[in-house]
Amino acid sequence: MSERPRVAVVGAGPAGAFAASQLLSGTGGPDIDLFERLPTPWGLLRGGVAPDHHEIKRLDQLFDRQVLRRPRCRFFGNVEVGRDVSHGDLMRHYDAVVYAVGAQTDKSLGIPGEDLPGSLPATDFVGWYNGHPDRRDLDPDLSGRHAVIIGNGNVAADVARMLTLSAEELARTDTADHALEALRESAVEEVVVLGRRGPAQAAFTSAELRELGHLEGVELVVDPAEVELDPVSEEWLASEGSFTARKNLELLREFAAREPQPDAPRRIRLRFLSSPVAIRGEERVEGVEIGRNRIERSDDGTLRARPVDEGPELLECSLVLRSVGYQAVPLPDVPFDERRYVLPNERGRVLSVESGQALPGVYAVGWIKRGPTGILGTNKRDAQETVRCLEEDLEAGALPRPPEPGADKVDALLAEKAPRAVSVDGWRAIDELEQQRGRESERPRVKLASLEELLAAAE
Amino acid sequence: MTYVIAGSCVKDDVCIEVCPVDCIHPKPGDLDFETAEQLYIDPEICIDCDACVEVCPVDAIFADHEVPEKYEYALDLNAEFFAEREPVS
Repeated sequence: MSERPRVAVVGAGPAGAFAASQLLSGTGGPDIDLFERLPTPWGLLRGGVAPDHHEIKRLDQLFDRQVLRRPRCRFFGNVEVGRDVSHGDLMRHYDAVVYAVGAQTDKSLGIPGEDLPGSLPATDFVGWYNGHPDRRDLDPDLSGRHAVIIGNGNVAADVARMLTLSAEELARTDTADHALEALRESAVEEVVVLGRRGPAQAAFTSAELRELGHLEGVELVVDPAEVELDPVSEEWLASEGSFTARKNLELLREFAAREPQPDAPRRIRLRFLSSPVAIRGEERVEGVEIGRNRIERSDDGTLRARPVDEGPELLECSLVLRSVGYQAVPLPDVPFDERRYVLPNERGRVLSVESGQALPGVYAVGWIKRGPTGILGTNKRDAQETVRCLEEDLEAGALPRPPEPGADKVDALLAEKAPRAVSVDGWRAIDELEQQRGRESERPRVKLASLEELLAAAE
Repeated sequence: MTYVIAGSCVKDDVCIEVCPVDCIHPKPGDLDFETAEQLYIDPEICIDCDACVEVCPVDAIFADHEVPEKYEYALDLNAEFFAEREPVS
């Protein structure tokens, strides 16, 4: 029986990777088993970050070095906790379980027509072009000339770029082959990006916004009238606006002042103070009906977009991608805060819904802990907080030893319940094959994008 | 001379830890840390020691004479962040 404590980290995205890295950083720490529902690690770093942002994807080398290459770490891909193995199974074999499962679904808009063919969550589209095996068959309809993206955060910006980048530029990225092919044939010429609030409250980072204004062959259209600030926003920007908000407005004004480029083959049009009211179409999406908003300060001091009484406007389009945020899904047998869509927790210690007391040995990190906010590095501080609690609890002897500790017990469990689990060697085989195919075609990698291909490569 | 941080920064904070002259901000705990979309290098203080470049996991830091064209805006951006910054603690 092993003397060293054993910790299961569930989810090998950035939050799980940072948590595992923290737990593995000292010499006397616990042994780690890293569980992942997909055969491949790194979550949204692989399946979310846009293919043309390959610099950011280099973070996988840090994770590899600080997690998978550490001797006290094992990887079990293609094992879904809650389906293949249960929370109870983990509690029977580990001193502690750290949930890092993220927010796996999208928020809906709650408007008529949302489920018409041609209306999709942006997150599905992102998974599709990034080779997420669950999204391989999404088959988005790119046969129309107009697309509308609802929401103006960085996911919206990524999607707008992916819909307008030239085939040559896309061909240099690790965009999944099925998506490369479909995007090459795409008829989309104009992408409208809708923001509920005004230009001062745009959710893009200024880096992403700047990029939209410098795409080869793409005109970025911003209506000068839309970048005039209302008095509420003016005052807000001066008193509370972040450096990013001021930069965004500066950039938007610069873009609005540009000469029109009628010959540009493709166009991204940013619209503000506009909310979708309904998605229209008989059999499939034919357009989005939008209403105008104005910015008001609500009683609690925050800014709100309130509808103004103006007739709705119809934006004709055949593709609507909604990008208004991610949402977590509950895990079987683990407490869930139905209002905030997170595991109820205090600094990462998961709390019982009934008693409000910490459940010994259960922790959360990343989006399932704090909600879907922040950028990659945010998870590092988040993981430090959770791991500090876990280490304190271990040191204080607050965690009872599990009834059946021991790595071999876990092996036996997986042999029975998840016989096609992918080991670290399996992942390395996938990684090597993808990179080798990448070298052959001068791309960073060529992703295997179906579960069968991935498992075949791993085995 | 100075180093500058470009838009691919993911706010992994190792650069802050290794900087010998404390010229990379905002730091975890600062009022403007959460709203900052990236970290910035104060060109008035940077001593071009290269320590941050070595540790950046996403290669987001460049010497000012080696900034790729698409990140040239970052030279002014890093300086402006400090010029506009208000007290943070």
